[in-house]
Amino acid sequence: MLTYLIKRIFEMVPTLFGITLISFFIIHLAPGKPTDIFSELNPKITPEARERLNKYYGLDKPILVQYGIWLKKISTLDFGNSFSSDHRPVIEKIWDRKQPLLQRRLFVTFMINLLAMIIILLVAIPIGISSATHRNTFYDKITTTVVFIGFAIPSFWLALLLMILFGVHLHWLPIAGLKSMNFDSLPLSGKIWDVGRHLMLPLFVSAFGGLAADSRFMRSSMLEVIRQDYINVARAKGLPERTVIYRHAFRNALLPIITLLGLSVGGLIGGSVIFENIFGIPGMGQLFYMSVMTRDYPMVMCILTIGAVLTLLGNLLADIGYMLADPRIRAR
Amino acid sequence: MANNTLRGLFWRRFKRNKLAVAGGVIVVLLFLVALLAPVISPYNPDNIDRRHILEAPGPDHPFGTDDLGRDVLSRMIFGSRISLAVGFVAVGISTLLGMIVGALSGYYGGWSDRIAMRFIDIMLSIPTFFLILAVIAFIGSSIWNIMAVIGLTSWMGVARLVRAEFLSLKEREFVLAARAVGASDLRIIFRHVMINSMAPVLVSAILGVAGAVLVESALSFLGIGVQPPTPSWGNILTLGKDNIEIAWWLSVFPGLAILITVLGYNLLGEGIRDSIDPRLWGRE
Repeated sequence: MLTYLIKRIFEMVPTLFGITLISFFIIHLAPGKPTDIFSELNPKITPEARERLNKYYGLDKPILVQYGIWLKKISTLDFGNSFSSDHRPVIEKIWDRKQPLLQRRLFVTFMINLLAMIIILLVAIPIGISSATHRNTFYDKITTTVVFIGFAIPSFWLALLLMILFGVHLHWLPIAGLKSMNFDSLPLSGKIWDVGRHLMLPLFVSAFGGLAADSRFMRSSMLEVIRQDYINVARAKGLPERTVIYRHAFRNALLPIITLLGLSVGGLIGGSVIFENIFGIPGMGQLFYMSVMTRDYPMVMCILTIGAVLTLLGNLLADIGYMLADPRIRAR
Repeated sequence: MANNTLRGLFWRRFKRNKLAVAGGVIVVLLFLVALLAPVISPYNPDNIDRRHILEAPGPDHPFGTDDLGRDVLSRMIFGSRISLAVGFVAVGISTLLGMIVGALSGYYGGWSDRIAMRFIDIMLSIPTFFLILAVIAFIGSSIWNIMAVIGLTSWMGVARLVRAEFLSLKEREFVLAARAVGASDLRIIFRHVMINSMAPVLVSAILGVAGAVLVESALSFLGIGVQPPTPSWGNILTLGKDNIEIAWWLSVFPGLAILITVLGYNLLGEGIRDSIDPRLWGRE
């Protein structure tokens, strides 16, 4: 098992290399340069000045050389300095050690996605199982309908509707940001409650789509398993239905879900651009949006790379989970 | 019961599936609305009317007006054209590309297959929405760019699907027979194998349209997609967010249109999948 794991981790390296190569070329070969934006703001800029700017940012070199320089730097975890006016190191803007955790963008995005995933797991699996065991009942039809709507609903629209209902009309929940103005004066319990209230809508929105997909998947996986012979055997030897479902069927039906969860990491991270924008949450997605608008190459590349690493780690964790759950694979 | 051709069997099963028929009706209606937009929309979608700004839904404007006094219903009717065009062109690109890559790597195998599969793994590990966002923001948000970028970032699923079909079909007798009578590789790929793997491709294409519609509306909502004054459902929703405290109708109706559209494609796609697969015919 350990050899497999090591092999698996080594396989990630060329993939990661490929990801950075493709992203770097797509980003840098798109027409126009970041320095064009400065020029647009200042029509009096001379061509020589623009050349100087390009040279300053290293944009005058051939693209392969630029990629080589970038690759050499990130091997020491140096993603360069931001092109934006503050010129801070990119890493510091994502993970500022001097700030409390809640003000580090990577932490905020990671926390929300992790919580969303836990919610998806805790809700989708029971729903999937119960609609499989109650197949074609009224309950099953209701959940199937909700799932179909869940697949089709644009997450940002769901966010807008919830903001209108709970924020604007009922005034129950805050509609923007991560904490209230008076956050610093609150006691610890008040702080947790405050952040929790701010997170409620974003978490619901980011979990909803995955919830639909995973509960559907759990249902069909469960339906597949309870048709197997070993379930009939379990029933035939007189085990109570609960034991049959939760000890014999559940464990086997869980296997495909583990893979699905690992694969959904990429989608969750991509979605964070949308909901962090709507809810005004200071995370990595919001920063990505701002960097894209100002053509902040180092920042864009850094976030793309982090997103890819998280996606690959998700896949790796799924593989490990699969191995732990399935003795047949462990034995190999 | 006389019609027992493949098509007849398909139709009988399809018609029994009420949800699939509902999906088909939604898609057909959407086509009609987009086609007849100038005829059925009550107002000119670009008509600015400063005396009727942000008016709530009423007899004159069933879905209200926006911040420039334009009729929301008319803008939504014209917005259906964007959603339809982006969905179909983007999926056309991704399906074509996926079919070519999948067919070549499945049929020939070997090194090119390994490289193509590795490339697909890499593409699937890039957070696609991040990449789409960056590229559109850089190259400009014309509708053609949006179609192309969505298409070029979503072909991997089709490629894997077609490759798998090719792997299982290329050793079958009918392919050997075609080769025995001297058919060229291209003829075998397109006339014999591709035809037999079209069903799953069609289903994934229809489901893909739903995905493309969602991505386009998200981009437009973020202000990177279709630019005003061209109406799209996504950019009307942006106005909804800007006026969230006062104008709920700007948020509710365009989102509902997206929801129904995506639901329609999904129901149709799943319905076709269930009716097209002969292995499922015996059940129930």
